[in-house]
Amino acid sequence: MIEILNLVKRFGPTITAVDGISFHVGKGEVLGFLGPNGAGKSTTMKMITGFLAPTAGTVRVLGCDIREDPIGTKEKIGYLPEGAPAYPDMTPREFLQFIADVRRIPHGSQTELIALAVRRTELASVMEQPIDTLSKGFKRRVGLAQAILHDPPVLIMDEPTDGLDPNQKHAVRNLIRRMAPEKAIIISTHILEEVDAICDRAIIIDHGKIVADGTPDALMARSHHHNAVQITLDSEIAKIAEEAFLAMPHVADVARHDLPDRTASLTRFTLYPKDGQRLVDEIGAFTRARGWSTHELYAELGRLDEVFRSVTTGDTQ
Amino acid sequence: MNRMLAVFRREFMGYFSTPLAYIFIVIFLFLTGVTTFYVGGFFEAGQAHLQVFFLFHPWLYLFLIPAIAMRLWADERKSGTIELLLTLPVPLWAAVLGKYLAAWAFTGVALLLTFPVWLTVNYLGDPDNGVILAGYIGSLLMAGAYLAIGACISATTRNQVIAFVVTVVVCFLFTVSGLPIVLDFFSAWTPQTVLATIASFSFLTHFDAITDGVIDLRDVVFFASLIAVWLFANGIVIEMKKAG
Repeated sequence: MIEILNLVKRFGPTITAVDGISFHVGKGEVLGFLGPNGAGKSTTMKMITGFLAPTAGTVRVLGCDIREDPIGTKEKIGYLPEGAPAYPDMTPREFLQFIADVRRIPHGSQTELIALAVRRTELASVMEQPIDTLSKGFKRRVGLAQAILHDPPVLIMDEPTDGLDPNQKHAVRNLIRRMAPEKAIIISTHILEEVDAICDRAIIIDHGKIVADGTPDALMARSHHHNAVQITLDSEIAKIAEEAFLAMPHVADVARHDLPDRTASLTRFTLYPKDGQRLVDEIGAFTRARGWSTHELYAELGRLDEVFRSVTTGDTQ
Repeated sequence: MNRMLAVFRREFMGYFSTPLAYIFIVIFLFLTGVTTFYVGGFFEAGQAHLQVFFLFHPWLYLFLIPAIAMRLWADERKSGTIELLLTLPVPLWAAVLGKYLAAWAFTGVALLLTFPVWLTVNYLGDPDNGVILAGYIGSLLMAGAYLAIGACISATTRNQVIAFVVTVVVCFLFTVSGLPIVLDFFSAWTPQTVLATIASFSFLTHFDAITDGVIDLRDVVFFASLIAVWLFANGIVIEMKKAG
């Protein structure tokens, strides 16, 4: 439903904020947009929503080109800009009413749609207070309510959970997940757990270019820790165990961690597999065969933050 | 059209949801009163017309209108709501016009509230109300021209103070371009036709013509085209900022 082709944005002759980005987002898909600050996430979103004109490339939403038919395209999009701006002197009710008028929602269904958006974003308690006086969390939710008011097929949200407390984050993620099957959604975030929690796919951009694109699982598979095994054993057998693990054919490396004082009698190992293959069954069988008591044993899926760091800085540790 | 109306309504109500509107109206009424009755000597003149009331409007507008216009776009830029407004399905012309008309309507309200002056002159004497009506129309047109200049300049910056100062300067040049202060500067080295052109941009000349009671089409066209040109420039400025 969203097609981005070779999008480029230059500011002046020297700064290239977005450098040839292409991707598609289909119905029912939630795309997480990741990248360090200044990587070009917001600039890309601003071009998709028609706030900035691209230097080159095309943006199409449900077949509508943002440059050829800006109004028609904007009608199909719900957009939460960075920082969730809203007119500070208005109350949420007045503000949503204004959005409904501008979006030409028929008068008959305005009340109903506003009520629905208010319920979904849990705004009812602050409807008559000036937005200026609301907490950061409520302001963010006013922005969300504005974006989903006209039930758009395409939702674009720049850091939708920024500034929310853990409960509110949870609520917003649930809301996004509930709406997902009917829509194409792009969210930008720098909270990596969020990608794992709600995104079907993640794109990491850096210096205006896509450096990774895949499902969260596929991205985590690129992690050094993918299929690594964490195992905790009694400290008295630590030395023997370390040598034995290192001697195993599929173990590439072993890291030994000293646990805090409270558990001084225990030692934890991280075992890294060769070629990212699955290791946990083998290790389990091995320790059982030796009769070692295992206090902890689990396989890691991989670490998104590690992949993020390695693709955006080249740092692999 | 109803999109423009929605922008207009929001902007217009915006004035009244903050103290700005009330402060502006009070100051405007106070200053028109002071200039008419004390500086202008309305009673001493003993004449049943409002010439002296309108005489000071260009000078009041010079400072008061930029104060209204400065927030039009600079404020939206600063608070980030411009991103919201321009990503809503609103054509650019509707956003520019809706906001501008709201500010103009607001100054219209302030101008209407000077009606006690009109009541006074009608109570005291027997003025030509046609001339007074022409004066009000001229004053409103001139306010509209100042506002259009201010709206365009406000779109170029996110700083309201800069918008205010630059607008005052540009408005001042337009106000006095028919006076010796500007013409003397050019008269030594420019041909007569250029001089006449510069002089013809003076708000004072056109405004005085209207307040004399003659609504000449040329004066109306002058203000109307000036408003159109500055609003068009306003749209272009926003388009250019969009292109980065």
